[in-house]
Amino acid sequence: MTPLNRNQIAWRAAQDLPAGGYVNLGLGTPVLAANYAPADREFMFQTENGIVGVGPVASGAEEDPDLVDAGSQLVTLKPGATLSDSAMAFAMIRGGHIDVTMLGGFQVAANGDLANWDAMIPNQGALVGGAMDLAVGAKSVWVTMAHTTRDGEARLVERCKYPLTAMGVVDRVYSDLAVVEITPNGFLVREILDGLTRDELEAKTGAPLHYAEDCGVLSAPDL
Amino acid sequence: MIDKRISEVAEALEGLPDGATVMISGFGGAGLPVVLIKALEATSASGLTLILNSLRFIETYAPSLFIDRRVIKTVSSAARSRGKGTAVYEYQVEEGFLEAEIVPQGTFAERIRAGGSGIPAFFTPTGVGTKLTEGKEVREFDGRPCVLEPAMTADFALMRATAADRWGNVNFIGTQSNFGPAMAMAAKTTVVEVDEISDEPLDPRVIDIPGIFTQRVLAVPDER
Repeated sequence: MTPLNRNQIAWRAAQDLPAGGYVNLGLGTPVLAANYAPADREFMFQTENGIVGVGPVASGAEEDPDLVDAGSQLVTLKPGATLSDSAMAFAMIRGGHIDVTMLGGFQVAANGDLANWDAMIPNQGALVGGAMDLAVGAKSVWVTMAHTTRDGEARLVERCKYPLTAMGVVDRVYSDLAVVEITPNGFLVREILDGLTRDELEAKTGAPLHYAEDCGVLSAPDL
Repeated sequence: MIDKRISEVAEALEGLPDGATVMISGFGGAGLPVVLIKALEATSASGLTLILNSLRFIETYAPSLFIDRRVIKTVSSAARSRGKGTAVYEYQVEEGFLEAEIVPQGTFAERIRAGGSGIPAFFTPTGVGTKLTEGKEVREFDGRPCVLEPAMTADFALMRATAADRWGNVNFIGTQSNFGPAMAMAAKTTVVEVDEISDEPLDPRVIDIPGIFTQRVLAVPDER
């Protein structure tokens, strides 16, 4: 089977969101998860700039340039939504009130270290945004990313070589090849892509893998 | 009589000296005080320190602040140009002229909130073990390492809101508030541009920034 695309990675991660959860979705693949959140569970999506209860992206007459999400998209609000200032939004994040944050990643280490803000590109100014606050403050940190770089280099590694976002914070990785939990013993594979062998997965991973006793098959609908 | 209304843009930044520290609110364009940013560009002030979340808005609305080298320091969570090209400020960071301090956005907000609340510094676990907190004091609380972050204050704070009254009470809509309330608390002179200044007092129960934190309010069309 072909590796999951971005939409499918987002879909797979969204299936694990807890009912009633307050969830912050990072830019890129994570924010796509809002499109695939199970309809039979209620969630509140929070943004760093003060929304709890972000609705769908605004269109037509709904568009209001004074109502934007953390990616500066014009958005709508869901019933029960609230608006606050950034200091309170970050009190939600840093104070441990966010159940799950889903973030993009460059590298995740076997000890849970996350690197996702500085790709060390020459002459490019720095941009950290709320990544460090989310990684440290959320109750659960999930990373969605491709299992390897375009050049085939492993992104799940023994130690991150990119500058760290936070130490020992990642709970799970949803990649295009596997669902991996970070445990005190390192990477634990929960699901492996349909048709991919363990040898093939290990060849694309930069640190030892353990397998859950009930290790399942990773698959997603066409998206 | 308390009256914080001003009628001309030219009055908005009166008294802003060379070497001033200026906080500017706004996130994704919401709450961004474009009229006041242009007014800052129109002053002759130099040696400025700007505290705002993302530098790209200065590049868009007041490019000469960087081009003419009137900004010597910035504090932000984002110092990257929007497009593929390299911004003037990115070159100035590379060459060592501009000091661009990068701060995690939550620490950025909290340093401002603390500055306006009489808290000179605080400990937080955000950023521990990263290059953004190198050299800062670390202390453990409940077994968790935390880094000491200093509060921030400013000479001026600039922001956009929807409504104000003559007492300088301020209302936001949508996601306009973002860094505004914290910055209003942290600055000596807070200037708020709004759509409308109401002749009647705003409803006390729905005020987002109490007028005790603001000094000047100006009704002016949004120039985004």
